[in-house]
Amino acid sequence: MDSNLNALTTIFTEFYYWVTVVFMFLIHVGFCLYEVSASRRKNHMHTLMKNLMIIPLVTVTFFFFGWWIYWAFPNFPFFGGLDLAASSANTPWSDTMGTNLNDHITGVFWAAFLLFSWTAASIVSGSVIERIRSSAFWLHAILIGSVFWVIDAAWGWHYAGWMVRELGYHDAYASGVIHAIAGGYALGVLTVLGPRIGKFDEHGAPRDIPPHNPWLLTIGIFMIYTGFWGFYAACNVPIISPEIIDGQIIGSTWTATNIYLSPTSLSAITFNFLMSLSGGLMAAYIVSKGDAFWTFSGGLAGIITASAGNDLYHPMQAMLIGAIGVVFAYKLHYWVERKFKIDDAVGAVAVHGYSGFIGLVISGFVLWGSPSSPFEGYQTINPLGQLAGAIIMFGLLGFLPAYIVTRIQSSLGVLRIPKSVELSGLDFLDDALYQKSRAEIIAAEEKESDR
Amino acid sequence: MSTIGYQSWAVDLAEVGAIYPFQGYEVLMTVVGVIFWLGWHWLQFRNENEELKKQQKRD
Repeated sequence: MDSNLNALTTIFTEFYYWVTVVFMFLIHVGFCLYEVSASRRKNHMHTLMKNLMIIPLVTVTFFFFGWWIYWAFPNFPFFGGLDLAASSANTPWSDTMGTNLNDHITGVFWAAFLLFSWTAASIVSGSVIERIRSSAFWLHAILIGSVFWVIDAAWGWHYAGWMVRELGYHDAYASGVIHAIAGGYALGVLTVLGPRIGKFDEHGAPRDIPPHNPWLLTIGIFMIYTGFWGFYAACNVPIISPEIIDGQIIGSTWTATNIYLSPTSLSAITFNFLMSLSGGLMAAYIVSKGDAFWTFSGGLAGIITASAGNDLYHPMQAMLIGAIGVVFAYKLHYWVERKFKIDDAVGAVAVHGYSGFIGLVISGFVLWGSPSSPFEGYQTINPLGQLAGAIIMFGLLGFLPAYIVTRIQSSLGVLRIPKSVELSGLDFLDDALYQKSRAEIIAAEEKESDR
Repeated sequence: MSTIGYQSWAVDLAEVGAIYPFQGYEVLMTVVGVIFWLGWHWLQFRNENEELKKQQKRD
């Protein structure tokens, strides 16, 4: 920081990302509340712990290798080797991965990505509640949070990623790189895991398993909305000069950019965040005939659908695209549920996976021919590249590895809790201990008052 | 062809204004948006009527 302007820009950027991290923490709080509320009372503490432990497990593994993957994998393995030069500054033993007065950005940028990792794992967590073993889930949390989403980010959410260069892949606020992959991953696990006992009747018709606390669930989803603001801001570079970008942009006008270092503004994404949220809420209310939980989730799905292009869309486009995505996701959810007997407890595959997928496809048409990057030699945004990107995110990096790993867990007998435990509830023993302790302390108090 | 009017960012950003797709069609987009909004009210009104009638029948 050799000049006042340089120092101000650096400290502003450091503080900007730090604030986004604090906001994004609310996403995880919201997911915990939502998931616990959706579970039945007999399971709620185990459900909470399953999600809570994502925080430490994904954090340490993201520190150990997740962050390195992002910098090492932009071209690996299809268009080159590992980028060991760029990734060397992001190993756990690098001096920039600690207190370092010459580096004010790595820590906050690492944390912003880490919070995306928690989100990816949390999306999967909600869909599998009440029957998966925590040990089995936590392996998946690490795989989606610290491996597979990071690979997709290196390929399609990095200024030098091969998907951006070769396909013109554009996914500014992570329709695919977070949501489609996490939805696809959840579907891969659910396909093998199977439904909760009683979810389908003898004719295969699905039964509704209502949330045990709808009000807590409502607070949860509103917290996710709030945290989503931080997520959007974290996907931008707040201020940067053309000289630092070092691409095709000429002149000296500083700008905010998306993750690909292409120009956008915080104002643009504020318009589009709110309009896509509104389009999603309105469409979900109608298509679900006023169902509160689908309407809440529809708001989220609206944002997710429009997210791929929300750096460039007009607000009216964001609203309509959000609405289209919700209708698609809602219809597909029930079709898949009936056809394949998939029990997605919170609708995560639909809200994140299907919305993210269709959002990528739509953006290929609406942004057709637009630059995907400020650098020379990159493919422009196009429908085929976006479709290929959606398939890579949802299928190749999401569904496929999840399905394989879950199959292995199932064959080893370490995937699902025993039937008797599922029937009595995961919290049965904890509740019994609680009641015993409670009775003991009441008896002790009564004995004391008799003296 | 580019829907936003730029095929590359080899431009001076000081000279760039709107970069959303389909510039020039703002009025048409607004008309479509207003139809969506009014259509929502119509559908909501129809659905609510049906729901209330169902509830009345149960009573």
